[in-house]
Formats: sequence, C-alpha cells, structure tokens
Amino acid sequence: MKLAYWMYAGPAHIGTLRVASSFKNVHAIMHAPLGDDYFNVMRSMLERERDFTPVTASIVDRHVLARGSQEKVVDNISRKDKQERPNLIVLTPTCTSSILQEDLQNFVERASAVSDSDIILADVNHYRVNELQAADRTLEQVVRYYLDKARRQENFSVSLTEKPSANIIGIFTLGFHNQHDCRELKRLLKDLSIEINQVIPEGGFVENLHMLPKAWFNLVPYRETGLMTAKYLEKEFGMSYISTTPMGIVDIANCIRQIQERINTQYPILLKKKINYEPYIDEQTKFISQAAWFSRSIDCQNLTGKKAVVFGDATHAASITKILACEMGIRVSCAGTYCKHDQEWFKEQVQNFCDEILITDDHTKVGDMIARVEPSAIFGTQMERHIGKRLDIPCGVISSPVHIQNFTLGYRPFLGYEGTNQVADLVYNSFTLGMEDHLLEIFGGHDTKEVITKSLSTDTDLTWSSESLLELNKIPGFVRGKIKRNTEKFARQNGITQITAETMYAAKEALNA
Amino acid sequence: MSIKISETLTFECETGNYHTFCPISCVAWLYQKIEDSFFLVVGTKTCGYFLQNALGVMIFAEPRYAMAELEEGDISAQLNDYQELKRLCLQIKKDRNPSVIIWIGTCTTEIIKMDLEGMAPKLENEIEIPIVVARANGLDYAFTQGEDTVLAAMAHRCPEQNFLNNKKQEIKDKRIKDLFSFRFNETEEKNTKFNNSINKTSLVLFGSLPSTVASQLSLELKRQSIHISGWLPAQRYTDLPVLGNAVYVCGVNPFLSRTATTLMRRRKCKLIGAPFPIGPDGTRAWIEEICSVFGIKTQGLEEREKQVWDNLTDYINLVRGKSVFFMGDNLLEISLARFLIRCGMIVYEIGIPYMDKRYQAAELTFLQTTCKKMCIPMPRIVEKPDNYNQIQRMRELQPDLAITGMAHANPLEARGINTKWSVEFTFAQIHGFTNAKDVLELVTRPLRRNNNLENLGWTNLVK
Repeated sequence: MKLAYWMYAGPAHIGTLRVASSFKNVHAIMHAPLGDDYFNVMRSMLERERDFTPVTASIVDRHVLARGSQEKVVDNISRKDKQERPNLIVLTPTCTSSILQEDLQNFVERASAVSDSDIILADVNHYRVNELQAADRTLEQVVRYYLDKARRQENFSVSLTEKPSANIIGIFTLGFHNQHDCRELKRLLKDLSIEINQVIPEGGFVENLHMLPKAWFNLVPYRETGLMTAKYLEKEFGMSYISTTPMGIVDIANCIRQIQERINTQYPILLKKKINYEPYIDEQTKFISQAAWFSRSIDCQNLTGKKAVVFGDATHAASITKILACEMGIRVSCAGTYCKHDQEWFKEQVQNFCDEILITDDHTKVGDMIARVEPSAIFGTQMERHIGKRLDIPCGVISSPVHIQNFTLGYRPFLGYEGTNQVADLVYNSFTLGMEDHLLEIFGGHDTKEVITKSLSTDTDLTWSSESLLELNKIPGFVRGKIKRNTEKFARQNGITQITAETMYAAKEALNA
Repeated sequence: MSIKISETLTFECETGNYHTFCPISCVAWLYQKIEDSFFLVVGTKTCGYFLQNALGVMIFAEPRYAMAELEEGDISAQLNDYQELKRLCLQIKKDRNPSVIIWIGTCTTEIIKMDLEGMAPKLENEIEIPIVVARANGLDYAFTQGEDTVLAAMAHRCPEQNFLNNKKQEIKDKRIKDLFSFRFNETEEKNTKFNNSINKTSLVLFGSLPSTVASQLSLELKRQSIHISGWLPAQRYTDLPVLGNAVYVCGVNPFLSRTATTLMRRRKCKLIGAPFPIGPDGTRAWIEEICSVFGIKTQGLEEREKQVWDNLTDYINLVRGKSVFFMGDNLLEISLARFLIRCGMIVYEIGIPYMDKRYQAAELTFLQTTCKKMCIPMPRIVEKPDNYNQIQRMRELQPDLAITGMAHANPLEARGINTKWSVEFTFAQIHGFTNAKDVLELVTRPLRRNNNLENLGWTNLVK
C-alpha cells in the first residue's frame, strides 16, 4: 500500500479509452462498477467535446460479483453494436475486472459471433502499466489487428504512395496540446512537400488502417504513445520511423534532416532527384521562427544563467530541458520525469544539459527538490504550478497532467516552428514575472501581511520631502507603491515624520538586513 | 408525445447503464464538514484518479484525505493488510493527528474481501484513534449514497443516552458536595442547561450540510420553539450527538435511507418521516411534520412560506410552463422535481439511481399532491435509468431543460438542449427557506443565458 494524494499518470484503462475514443466510429465498453465512467466527464469537460463520448460501461454490481457477468457483457456489446453500428468495439478491463479474472476473451468471441462490428479485448495489465503505456499498447493492438485482418483478406497493397508521404502516429484525445501540434506538423510536412498518409488515432477510421504501409515513413512526435506501433510497422513492413520530437529549433532541424536522409537513402529510385531541406531549415530558423532571434536579443541575455527546474512526461521534459539549456542559456538545475518506464532514454537525453536528474512519480519528492533548488522558474505540470504558487516561484505548464485552461481555444502548438515561438513566450513570461519579483526584493521585501494604513491614498501624517518624492518617482511603477509603504512603515517605527531620501535608503537597508 | 398521464405515480426500472459519480466522492464534502477527521480511501489508482479529477482544485489545498493505493502485492495477499494499514495510519496520526480516521472501502476491497470492519477495532486500540469503516463502493451505491454509508457507520459511534443519564447522576452527587463550596453558581447554571436538554424529548437531525445552512434550519425550528439537540454529523467528530430510545431523528436529505434505518433499528431512535426541506414548500412541510410529532402548533409558517414565494416571483416567471427532464444521478431528484412542479414547471421524467419508497414516502405523497394541486401530469419515475434510452426519449420530448451529469451536458448543449449540471445541486446550498432562491438561480441559469444569446442562430452546433 502506498499513501497517495496525487498521481501524474492515470490508471491503464484511461489510456485505452483515450486511444479508442480518438478513432472515429469506435466504441469502448468498460467492464467496470458504477462511477468508473468518469473518463466521459474528463473528455466532455476538458476537451469540450460536442459529441457523446463513445464509451459505455457494462456495470459490475453485486449480482456480477455473485454469479459472474454471464450474458451481461455479451448483451451490452451486441446492444451497442445495433445502436451505434461502430466499426470496432474495444472491451476494456478495469482494475476491478482484472481482479475478478473473468474470461473476457471468451465474451469477445461470443459477441463476435453475433455482431457486425469487430470486437477486441484491450490487452493491458492494470497493476503493471499506467495510462501512457496502456495507450501505447492499445494503439499497437488495434493497428496490428487491422493489418492482420487485411493480410488474411488479402486486400491490402504495400505499394508506396507516388509522392513522399508520412503517417503521424500518436495524436490523441486529452493529449497535451495535441490538436495544435497535429496542425503544426501537417503544415511542416506540407512545407517539405510530404503528403500526409494517415494521422492516428485522432480522427482516423480503423477501416483505413490497412493503408498505413503506403506511407514512406512514420513520424512519432511523442515518445509515450506511438513508438510501439512504429516499431511494429518497422518490423512487419520495413517502414522506418522518426521519433525525434520536433520541439525547439535544434530538434526540429534534426528531425527534418532525418526525414531528408531517410527519403534520400531509402527511396532514391522513386525520388529521381535528391531532396535538400537545408535552405528551408535555414530560412525558417532565421526569419520565420522568432525564437532564434529571440535568443540573441538582449531580453534573453538577462536570462543567462538563471536557474530553472523542469518536470513532466519524458518527451516534453527532455525537449524543454534542451531548449532552455542550449537555445536560451538558462541553467537547468534539475530535470525530471514521472515516466519511470522510460528513464534510460530520458537520462541519456538530458544528462549533459542539467545538474541533476530526478525520476519519480511522487509529487512530494518533486516539491522537496524545488524547495531545495529554489529556481527562478519552474516548467512542469499543473502540480508543479501549485507547488510554485506555494513557494512563490513562477511556473510555465509544459506537460500533462493539466487542467481545462491548458486546452486552449487559441492556436498554441509546442511542436514545429510556431511551437518555438510559443515556447519562447512561455519561458520568457515565466521569467519576467521572476524579474519583477526580484526588483521587489531589491526595494524591500515581500511582507504585505502587515497592514500599516488601510487606505492606499496619501492622507497620512507623514510628509515626503520634495527630493524624496523625486527619488520615489525614479522607482519603476509596479514596485513604487510597495516601496512607499515600506518606507512609511519604517518611518513610523522609528518616529520619523519627515521622509527624506536618506530615510528611504535607511528603510531599504533596514529591510534587507 | 408519448408521456403517460396518470393519476398515480408510475415507477419503472431500466438497465442501470447510467452515468453518476462514484460514492467515494463523499469524502470531498465530508472532510470539510467534519473538521477533525481524516478520510483514507482504500482503493486503486482508478479511485485516486477519480478523486483527483472530480475534485479539481481542492486537492491542492492539503486536503485531509488520501488514498491507500493498493498495489499488486496487496491484491495477491503477498503483503499483510493489517500491517500495511497500520503503517499508513501511524503516518497519518503523526502528520495530521486527526480525532477520527474514516476508512472508505471500495470495489477492490469488496472483491478481495479485505476485512476492514474486522481490522478497524484492533488497530483502533493499537494506535488510539477511532477508526470508522464505511463501504462506499460503486458495486452497491451511487454518488451521494456514499455519505449515507459514512453517516450510518458513524451512527454507531454516537454516545448512548443511558451513559449520559449516569453522568447526570454523578453531577447531582457532585452538586451536593459543591453546596459547600463557592463555585456553586457556576455548577448550578451548567446543570440547568443539562437538565433541559435531557428532560425534553430531544431531536437529532441527520445529513451533512454546510454550517450556515445547518444554523438556518436550526433557527427555523427555534422559531417554533423546537430545540435541536444535535446533528449527525457535527462540525467535529468529538461532538457527535447523543442517541437513544427517547430521541427523535429526522433526515434533511433524501439519500440517507441506510442512516435512517441504522438510527431506528440499532440506536432505537424514532424517525420522523417528512418531506425534505428543499424549496419553501418542502421546508414548510418538513417543519410542520416535526412540530406535529412534538405536538406543537406552528406559528407564522404560512406567511413565511408565502413571503419566500413572493420573493421568487422573477424566477418563477422564467420557469413557469417550461419542461424539465431529470436524467438522475444524485437522489435529490424527487424533492427537486416536486419543488419545480410547484414553481409551475412540467416534469417529464424523474430518473433516480435508487428509490427507497419507505424513507421517501412523505416526499412521494407530497409530490403527488403537488402535481394534483398544479394540475400537471404525474411524471414517470425511472429507477436505475439507461442513459442511452433517456437520450432517445429526450430527442422526442425536446425538454426545455435537462438536469444531467457532466458526461452528457456538453453533447446535449451542442444539440440545442439546455442543461444544468446536476452535481451543482449537491454542492450548492439548497435547503430551507433562505436558499430556495439558490435552487432557482441554478435552474434558471441556462434559461437566462439563452435570453442573452437568443437570435444568434447557433443553438445547434453539431453537423
């Protein structure tokens, strides 16, 4: 047993449901007790979905405990088959049903006999994998199922598309800025004259999965979900995949160069001429994206050597660490991830870019680390944002888990060249707040708890000499009120009625001491 | 339209494929109500993720609840449950030092048959903190019924009346001694207070309400010179009310049937069956019922009710003649429907997770008389509804308002059906005369929003 208040990654079935409900016309049936269908609430509220979430529960109640599900699951499947006519029904076990150890595979076979839909049992172990791993597996399972089926029916061609094309694998519902990233990736590929063969699972149809091998290569933007599928496709169809996340100027260029190399070496006959993306990379880096220029500008100079802490899923935490360290000159004191299952990769990615590495899924450890390091800014999940609030450190949210405010209506990709702009804004805005804080510090501390005078107006018994007023006006506007109050407080404590410039500096010294 | 118009209430029962919250969500409001408590939910990641997501921001306010997250070793009994729970409870004692730890049993503890009730007394002795066990799981209960299981478990912990009578005797003895001391007056005063509360038949109300609402209801009863001797739950665990065979009890919420049964059968209390104090009509009927049990003639209640209705005129003008569909998820549905019918609304269907016809008898009768009085057809009451069927029915009926869970709210809105999120009724203050306005504030919000957005031409937003 573990005492837990908060978790970074959800239970396995959430991952399965996220993948299943991202496909079009796929229905998931959970074998679960009443109340476990809160996934529908999350999707409907966070993603602001207009459609009913295609997830229902085959309820496990006392009767099921006593006698087993018997006909119930099969009935629920065939009923859903008639009501919605989905292409695929995914029977999803939950933690409850995995202890019951009912033969769900048997239900699937029985239901298959009477339904028009395809039916599969999601193959995830609740006590061994988390949400992200389960999503990865389920996606691979669905793809494998349909490619095997196509192979049996001999209705699929492995002939490549005429022009260079790619599959984007791993965009799905409730993913951190996934919709925006997908749009940005499509734009990037279009710029490179690469056609999109398919995007899965978001918005994809399972009937089209047999055409996946027509693409020239696969692009896996996020490590957490899609790698298994890409590896499967590589093994079975010799499709190469690129898993460099195109986040940050350096890695976007890496990613594009890899694409160029794969296409040039693997398909020289199809291509006729060699492609060269270097001019594109150069143009985008220097003039389209503002991030490269930003890191040269004096704004960014001020950030040099500032301390930051990064925490999130493996993809985002690693990319942001690299951006901060190499592209902005910020010192990353600690980089960490809750993706324990992928820690080797993560360590390898960030080891030269940060002082220490933290692999944990315990938010108290993250909190303690932040308190110890005392960074000027945090880049993390919603949890780190709250830790930051408590410690008075600004935080930019860079990874799931997130709240509704991170499902923005406006266009906010993290990937691609527009993504670099968004990330630069996010980083800079977090630190600017830090700078203001710092100025406040210089001119006299944070202590606002003690109220001296109730009103903010000037009718006090204290008089300010003309030179001290002049001095006061030199102080930047946003801290002026605070300085004024601190000086007056100091004056009152020391029985001074006439405030001079000396009083001001005495006050500042007194407060700093 | 296919609604059945009948003279009597019709009860149906569907498949039970409906959306509601897991009953463990009761920790969200109960830990805030019982200030010195700590709730430990013994369950899996699934339970934890639900609490984390459903309770949103509250989780960051250092809540007095936590998960005892079961791992593979716990499920396969490689680890000793008792030792594990002891370790966690000692940690809780050290960090928070609560007056009571409440273990919430979940589906998993049911299935692996973890003997929480058996372990609690042993561990209680060992760590010297009371441990109350409530099985609030999704196998047996829905949403608000979680509170019911907790309060039913707590009813066993309320002090016994006889015990107090003995104490009274002790105090009398002491008083004789005190006659010779100077502290006479002080003790005398204490004793008079005590006598009053014991000699009169006492009234205990059960159901967790925000403290302001609780004091509003207490005041209403005080006006009729009825003194409330205690609440289950009280603000602190250490202040649980005295129970016994001379104690009358009355529920304030419709989902407390187990608690009511426990109070009657195990604690020998006398249950006052009344409609629930939701809406001015409900509040008046509730007070009248209590008064009649104590043989008190009510004073000024009719005027009080009328005055509240008068204040609601603006809202009632908005809702009159509009239709409502309750999908059903929190058991407040009957009382809310009854109040809305009295406001002039037409209720097509009352979905409800579970219907205790005995505990809610007075409320059901009241619903019936209200329908007759307002000349409105009796709504159908659908127990264990099927959300899919309900949505089909809603398509046909096109109600002006659907009261529904969050899973369906946005999709229905996109299809041009106004919705009110039902969980808000659980968290808002809806009891008593004072809060009738709040109920209508909630109900009319989508209607008022519509008045603002009307004529923009984008009601239906799906292809």
